[in-house]
Amino acid sequence: MTQPVAAPTVRTTCPYCGVGCGVLATPDGQGGATIAGDSEHPANFGRLCSKGSALGETLSLENRLLHPQVDGAQVSWDAALDTVAKKLSAIAAEHGPDAIAFYLSGQLLTEDYYVANKLAKGFIGTPHVDTNSRLCMSSAVAAHRRAFGSDTVPGCYEDLDEADLIVLVGSNTAWCHPILFRRMADAKERRGTKFVVIDPRRTQTAQESDLFLGIRPGTDTALFSGLLVYLSDHGFRDRAFVDAHTAGLDGALDRARQIAPDLAAVAAVTGVPEADIAAFYALFAGTRRVVTAFSQGVNQSAQGTDKGNSIINCHLITGRIGETGMGPFSLTGQPNAMGGREVGGLANMLAAHMHFTPEEVDRVRRYWGAPRIITGEGMKAVALFEAVSRGKIKALWVMGTNPLVSMPRADAIRESLAGLDLYVVSEAVADSDTARGRGRTTVLLPAQAWGEKDGTVTNSERRISRQRRFLTSPGEARPDWAALADVGRRLGHGRAFAFDSAAAIFREHAGLSAYENNGTRDFDLGALAEISDAAYDVTLPVQWPIPKRSGFRGAPQGKARLFGDGRFYTFDRRARFVAVQPPGLAQEVSEAFPFVLNTGRVRDHWHTMTRTGKSQRLSAHRAVPFVEVHPEDVAARGLADGAIARLTTEHGEAELEVMVTDAVAPGSLFMPMHWGSAFASKARVGALVRGMPDPVSGQPELKAAPASIAPVAYRARGFLLTRRQVAMPEGWWWARAAITGGWGAQFATADSSRAVALMVRGLIQSEALSGCELAEYADHARDRYRCAVYDGDRLVACLAYAPAGERPGWEAAKALFATEAPDAAARRALLSGRAATASAGPVVCACHGVGADVIATTVAGGATSVEAVGAACKAGTNCGSCIPEIRKMLAAQTARAA
Amino acid sequence: MAISPKDTRGHDARAGSGLPRERLVVVGNGMASLRFLERLTEVSPGRFDITCIGAEPTAAYNRVLLSSLLGGEVDEAACAFRGLDWYADHGIRLITGAPVTQIDRENGLVIVGETHVLPFDKLVLAVGSLPIRLPKPGMDLPGVITFRDLADVVAIRKAAVQHARAVVIGGGLLGLEAAVGLARLGVETTLLHVMDRLMERQLDHHAAGLVKRAMEARGVQVILKADTDRIEGASRVERLVLTDGTVLPADLVVMSVGVRPSVALAKEAGLTIGRGITVDDRMTTSDARIFALGECAEHRGQIYGLVEPAYEHAETLARHLSGQPAEYRGTALSTSLKVSGLPVFSAGIVDTPDDAEAIVLSDPGAGLYRKLLVREGRLIGAVFVGDIAEQGACKDLIRSGDPITNVDDLMFGRAAPEPLAA
Repeated sequence: MTQPVAAPTVRTTCPYCGVGCGVLATPDGQGGATIAGDSEHPANFGRLCSKGSALGETLSLENRLLHPQVDGAQVSWDAALDTVAKKLSAIAAEHGPDAIAFYLSGQLLTEDYYVANKLAKGFIGTPHVDTNSRLCMSSAVAAHRRAFGSDTVPGCYEDLDEADLIVLVGSNTAWCHPILFRRMADAKERRGTKFVVIDPRRTQTAQESDLFLGIRPGTDTALFSGLLVYLSDHGFRDRAFVDAHTAGLDGALDRARQIAPDLAAVAAVTGVPEADIAAFYALFAGTRRVVTAFSQGVNQSAQGTDKGNSIINCHLITGRIGETGMGPFSLTGQPNAMGGREVGGLANMLAAHMHFTPEEVDRVRRYWGAPRIITGEGMKAVALFEAVSRGKIKALWVMGTNPLVSMPRADAIRESLAGLDLYVVSEAVADSDTARGRGRTTVLLPAQAWGEKDGTVTNSERRISRQRRFLTSPGEARPDWAALADVGRRLGHGRAFAFDSAAAIFREHAGLSAYENNGTRDFDLGALAEISDAAYDVTLPVQWPIPKRSGFRGAPQGKARLFGDGRFYTFDRRARFVAVQPPGLAQEVSEAFPFVLNTGRVRDHWHTMTRTGKSQRLSAHRAVPFVEVHPEDVAARGLADGAIARLTTEHGEAELEVMVTDAVAPGSLFMPMHWGSAFASKARVGALVRGMPDPVSGQPELKAAPASIAPVAYRARGFLLTRRQVAMPEGWWWARAAITGGWGAQFATADSSRAVALMVRGLIQSEALSGCELAEYADHARDRYRCAVYDGDRLVACLAYAPAGERPGWEAAKALFATEAPDAAARRALLSGRAATASAGPVVCACHGVGADVIATTVAGGATSVEAVGAACKAGTNCGSCIPEIRKMLAAQTARAA
Repeated sequence: MAISPKDTRGHDARAGSGLPRERLVVVGNGMASLRFLERLTEVSPGRFDITCIGAEPTAAYNRVLLSSLLGGEVDEAACAFRGLDWYADHGIRLITGAPVTQIDRENGLVIVGETHVLPFDKLVLAVGSLPIRLPKPGMDLPGVITFRDLADVVAIRKAAVQHARAVVIGGGLLGLEAAVGLARLGVETTLLHVMDRLMERQLDHHAAGLVKRAMEARGVQVILKADTDRIEGASRVERLVLTDGTVLPADLVVMSVGVRPSVALAKEAGLTIGRGITVDDRMTTSDARIFALGECAEHRGQIYGLVEPAYEHAETLARHLSGQPAEYRGTALSTSLKVSGLPVFSAGIVDTPDDAEAIVLSDPGAGLYRKLLVREGRLIGAVFVGDIAEQGACKDLIRSGDPITNVDDLMFGRAAPEPLAA
């Protein structure tokens, strides 16, 4: 139990990735809060990454959905929920309950998830409940279940501290799970832990590795099949463990041998030099304490489940599982994907780690008192949205996620919504692509955001923590569980949905996990089934399983590791080796689409930016959607660094800024997943990818779409800084980012400076800017234009426009915009584009807002280590996620000096 | 009339040689005259036997500061240039308060009424210009004052008592300065200008708008397109009436509608006259012994009303009379001034011709405006308001016709040096 904190500081959990860091939030009484890491939380021990540190900047009510709406009109909660309940009843009556679907989110709290799952699967009677976790870790779930008989993460974070070798597969941990990466880096420092990074892209994580294997996309199974063969052939098989606790090795080994008979074969398939592969195999074989951590590079694949199993196979054959410092480790993307899995909020689960055996169905039915318990799996995300397109689904309720940006073939999904009789969106954000979608009847329900919600989340190491409320809910926002329960009651299930608190829901959830369990299911919260409201507030965080009488003298005691005893949750308690399919991408490149398009996160943004997009610090690191292109591919395609390129696939297109880097291999492209249409003109990943699902998990392949790339010749580039968000002109390329004091949009346009100046003049005369005064710099002969709009002394907006080849830098202008009323020199600088003082350069350290130029100055001034740079300018001293970039700058300086 | 003691010490070689020195008479003791005397005595000390005759009662003073003097920003001492001792020390006989009445070219004499007859070998006319009075009824009423010299300032200040209402006619530089000066004295001041913008010869509409704003900020009410019909009053000025019928009550009317070169003397002497006294590139009039400079001179058809060309004239003539090569080719029309603290610069062409491109920087809220007119990469005109730091470079470029190397430097000033080597 942790020490309580002094009011008004509230102990809660970060809403971003699956690391699940403890956060101390101190509300400022004006709707904001000071954020600090919780030094007592076992995930982060006080550390926070750049995203977590900036949580305080994301609490504004800008763009919040504050009131229920039906078809665009504000209505009361009662009216909105009446509409939902009536339509659901009507649709169920006319088309059957399975015409109703729920699409949930790893952002929901466990309690929200639980009520949604119960309502759908037990009372409405539809199996079609899936979640954005399908896009995230469902392949890891499937791999776990195939290998362990349960969706169990065997190890815990402490294993990262105690490992001698950490293999990171398809995981840019340094950017996507920064706090875990810091733990790994500490281990490296303390005990010399080696890092091997396996990724088609030379990520920031790869730059920190001892060995980097830049495999061809989709060839992970060849690498790990080769490893399995190597381990077996070189005497690293843990015979006792394999014999006593596993089954299926022979079949798996046979298949592995077919895929990867020797090093040469592995090298040929993966494109990695034989020597590097040999070095990796020797290192893995010779290190008992090895953790293989994997993430979206493994999961988001049409063979994601096989990839996961090929990794687990190597841990099973060496018996390296369930003990300190070892094991396969799925790094979860979302804050509560694990909670969703525990609840069973996925289409191929029923509830509480129970599936669809008749006994399980009956058990859940009895526990819930459910009149319409489902008896089989529903449609997984990709199939579910295809069913929407086909008209099979008539009602869709989306909660806390933005599938119109994140789902594959998102454009098609957007169009298909029009065919829905009922489209319900529970959202905190009013202008997300999903909230702007329209069905025949569209109901928007205002949800609580982080800081307002109250409930639990589970992180990647099975640790259940509390997200606690420290802000009042704005407008009419309510807990999602309350809205769901209200609908349940309206549908006539008053008793089943008589929840009056999150704690009550948690007790029922814990009770179900323990119901007739007796050690047969891994997921058991028996010790918490009767937790009091008070204890619910103070007992957590704990790690499950935590059965009744689990600890000393019956006290609740969570468990850090499973399977150390060799007992798994298959019927025979043996783990399974899985024979995997030969590696291959779902779609091969072609003449028309010769590149492999990889997708992923950037360091400082999260998902579709509805939260991180509000923070100027987080928006400074990567301000525009970009595509990474290898230098070799640049000239041949007529591309140029910083210019705009159009990326085209069979399904859609995007326009992105070219970033030339050898981080990607020739023939490969990489684009970030974050920018939806609220933040960029045309940069939605979801529109581009086919998303061929994995046959086992249903998780779509999002990281290997065949694509082509070509330059887009815009006449000019520029930026527009405004105090409030403004709509950009039709036909312009643009990307919006939060900046200090307002919003910044970088743009590209075919319009002339004269046309832009005219447009600005028109705007100045409009009502919105009445009384404002225009300051400008116009050189139309050279196609240059800059202007600033003032309301008295207050700077309201500024714009810069220049020919595309001379894209105006915006760092100086952003710095000036941070002041409400700039002085004369600043006003001049805004128009000249020349900094009144030296610019800090593009932000590298988001936490302290330190720019590249400042760091370069520090390095040039003699700082020779990351520590020295940090001491001089604070860069890298908080979350440390920029340390790779700093190191790169140090290396460049050393190279120059040499 | 006052005569400074004449210094008889000879510095020139010719003095030593016993030859009589040439007698140089300078008519007028304004800023052009003084600058000429300074340069000449610097280049050829003692070469001439110099007499300078000024019509005003004091030695040359800084006319540019008259408006500041009017507004009480500076005192009379601050306007002074050289003390009488300077003239004496440089062997210059200075006669003040002595308006020359005639030039007798035949006999080489300058005649000052009944009092002086000065023989000359060489004569320099630096007689300046005369303020124009509108040919409208009532212009001769007491209280209608021009604004040209120290005496005018004294007269205006006398009339500008508390609660007085003043009307300034003329939105040129001098009119603006007079109006600001009056406003500063606490006088309710209205500035009338017949054109649709102030300083139309030097400023485009935008710049003129900024200047107008600055005037208004300093308490001057500005009426454009204001055509004076007449001035009325019983014994002295009481009101001014515009052609549109507007009646402006006034206790004081300051007339500042321009100047005209003072040519009467030269004309009577039979020198060639255009609008001013015609001179060649060595400031020589139609009589090779007689020179003219400053506002009274007309060079290549151009007359100037500003101090800078006058100083160039002085420089040219001083060199020429010292026997050094000198050639005046005219001054690129440029104006740098401060309208009561607001710096304004204008050079070359003001309104954008069809075959040129304008580059414009405008921040009305900050009182900043800059326009560069560029034709085929060359600067042909510039108008600055608020900050005129790059005026020198602009003037050079307009004069030389050299291609512009960095228009941003011209527009914004040189960029601060980068903190790091690239």
